[in-house]
Amino acid sequence: MTEIETSQELLVRMEGLKFSHGNRVILDGINIDIPKGKVTTIMGPSGTGKTTVLRLITGQLTPSAGCVMVEGQEVAGLNRSALYALRKKMGMMFQSGALFSDLSVFENVAFPIREHTDLPESMIRDLVLIKLEAVGLRGAKSLLPAELSGGMARRVALARAVALDPMMVMYDEPFTGQDPITVGVIMKLIRTLNDSLGLTSILVSHDVAEVSQISDYLYVMSGGKVVEKGSPEVLQNSDSPWVQQFLNGLPDGPARFHYPAIDLADEMLSE
Amino acid sequence: MAAMLSFFQQIGSKAFLSLARLGRAHIFLLRTFGALPSLWGEFRLVIAQLFSVGVATVQIIAISGLTVGMVLGLQGYTTLVDFGAEDSLGQMVALSLLRELGPVLTAILFAGRAGSALTAEIGLMKVTEQLPAMEIMAVDPFKRVIAPRFIAGFISMPLLAAMFSALGIIGGYIVGVGLVGVDDGAFWSQMQAKVDFYDDIMNGVIKSVVFGVVATWIAVYEGYEATPTTEGVAKATTRTVVHTAFAVLGLDFILTALMFGGL
Amino acid sequence: MNQKAKMEIAVGAFIVFGILALLMLALKVSNLTILSGDDGYELKAGFDNIGGLKARSPVMMAGVRVGQVSNVVLDLESFEAVVTLRIFSKYNNLPKDTSASIFTSGLLGEQYIGLEAGGEEQVLADGDVLAMTQSAVVLEQIIGQFLFSKAAGDD
Repeated sequence: MTEIETSQELLVRMEGLKFSHGNRVILDGINIDIPKGKVTTIMGPSGTGKTTVLRLITGQLTPSAGCVMVEGQEVAGLNRSALYALRKKMGMMFQSGALFSDLSVFENVAFPIREHTDLPESMIRDLVLIKLEAVGLRGAKSLLPAELSGGMARRVALARAVALDPMMVMYDEPFTGQDPITVGVIMKLIRTLNDSLGLTSILVSHDVAEVSQISDYLYVMSGGKVVEKGSPEVLQNSDSPWVQQFLNGLPDGPARFHYPAIDLADEMLSE
Repeated sequence: MAAMLSFFQQIGSKAFLSLARLGRAHIFLLRTFGALPSLWGEFRLVIAQLFSVGVATVQIIAISGLTVGMVLGLQGYTTLVDFGAEDSLGQMVALSLLRELGPVLTAILFAGRAGSALTAEIGLMKVTEQLPAMEIMAVDPFKRVIAPRFIAGFISMPLLAAMFSALGIIGGYIVGVGLVGVDDGAFWSQMQAKVDFYDDIMNGVIKSVVFGVVATWIAVYEGYEATPTTEGVAKATTRTVVHTAFAVLGLDFILTALMFGGL
Repeated sequence: MNQKAKMEIAVGAFIVFGILALLMLALKVSNLTILSGDDGYELKAGFDNIGGLKARSPVMMAGVRVGQVSNVVLDLESFEAVVTLRIFSKYNNLPKDTSASIFTSGLLGEQYIGLEAGGEEQVLADGDVLAMTQSAVVLEQIIGQFLFSKAAGDD
């Protein structure tokens, strides 16, 4: 394992982070560092708590143990107004887009600007049009979310996430269920927005090929733990059989194809 | 013995769960109250909700009010005419509607029409991650989503109940005076002599205000607490209608006992 | 924009109709007089027995409603019921010797006060007392009297 260079400025630090829901342990002591200005991806199979990590960063959930530091502040220790002040600097693109179904595309992107600034209407209009232009959907500004395709909805959600020029943007499964062209568009947008706006991007995904192309750093999670981390090249050469199985999508390996059960022959004979 | 023990354990844990639920519902109400002042200056949010909560319920309230009044007129007449007291029909129709039927039936119809829609809407906002998205944009859903709906329900209910009662009295008048031949003047004068503004009308209004708070509270709370799945929202919607009906009928008994005595 | 205007008009109409319904209930159904600004004036009348008369019972003259009973108390010296009548201000020329009786509308109907005008020139003013009154007819008393006279007649 190669350490992420410690010289880099970190935006988010997670140390010994544990989270359990009822009796079910979801995160079992993870350490993740998110460097400023880079695209960092948290990978892993479904149900390993990747989305939980994002919810801990935004303070929607409180860790059972350990801490999440964003800009040197411990998220769980913030009161509501301090947390909201921090969230104004965060953007998030949800898996479903999470657009407000009663507002047009334009109003969806304008929503955070209207809520948090007192800018005049003409300036709001200019800002929204710039953001929509960046995701290529200026022409769709008067459509309602129900009239958009899944890929377009995600691009609008992305425009909304960067509407207030946040310091970081989080992406929850940005590629899932999209056609190859849309995947390509979103990949390009994530990378170019990150570099042109000077953002820090955190992705949560299990689409290995796509994230390997656009990420600076990768974390691979399994069973509530971080099993491998580093740059895409480092991961490709990982000697962990589990990581190799995950990256190459092999049906069987350390992660078993079969749900635990007694031997098939035994079960058939037991009747 | 062990079976009995687990039976009591189950009752105990059920009781704890209900207590926790009740506690959450009250914390929810307090947060809603806390968010109300922020609506000042955001009237368009309230107007949009008055449209989907109040205006949308007018139709069913108007039709139900009119038909209930007509039935009251007909049934009241057949009973009163035996005592030669059919002139008191107006009084009977008005008092039944103002004191009981108006507020109670309006609240139950409201739960079926507007309450269920509120629960489903908020529940679906949860399913489609609109509520978490709002929170991450540092916008309190209580200010933006819950409070405007709560206020709209609170304002709508007394107005709807007044419409129900007024149309019910008109329905009773159409049947009583128009069809079965109660004297026009007697219908109104008996009513006016026996209906007191404070005892009957204001108490009815107070009832509908209380029902408005409770019915809207249940509807938005169930939506907000709904399990964010298709099935969860369906169950929450059903719960809204059932719980509102129980709550309104129970509260009506208590309020009637307090207002009109007897206890 | 058009959609928004439609919605605002609908909400406005909703509020207006709701308030109209409340006003109808207040003025047409309960005959709330406070809002109409007609305070009228008060007269007092003593009765030996008022039967089922209550506050808000109507006061009629020649079959027309001219006011209502505002208060009923028992006078502890004379042990009479003292009834306060509130008469609408437009009926301000009732003669001084007007008499008051308690009637029942129909056999089982409610009780009301019927006023009968006298012939004096002077008119009643606020706070005046009606001298001539006739108590309520109590059904049991009539039946009792009837039976008594029947028994006496048979003698």
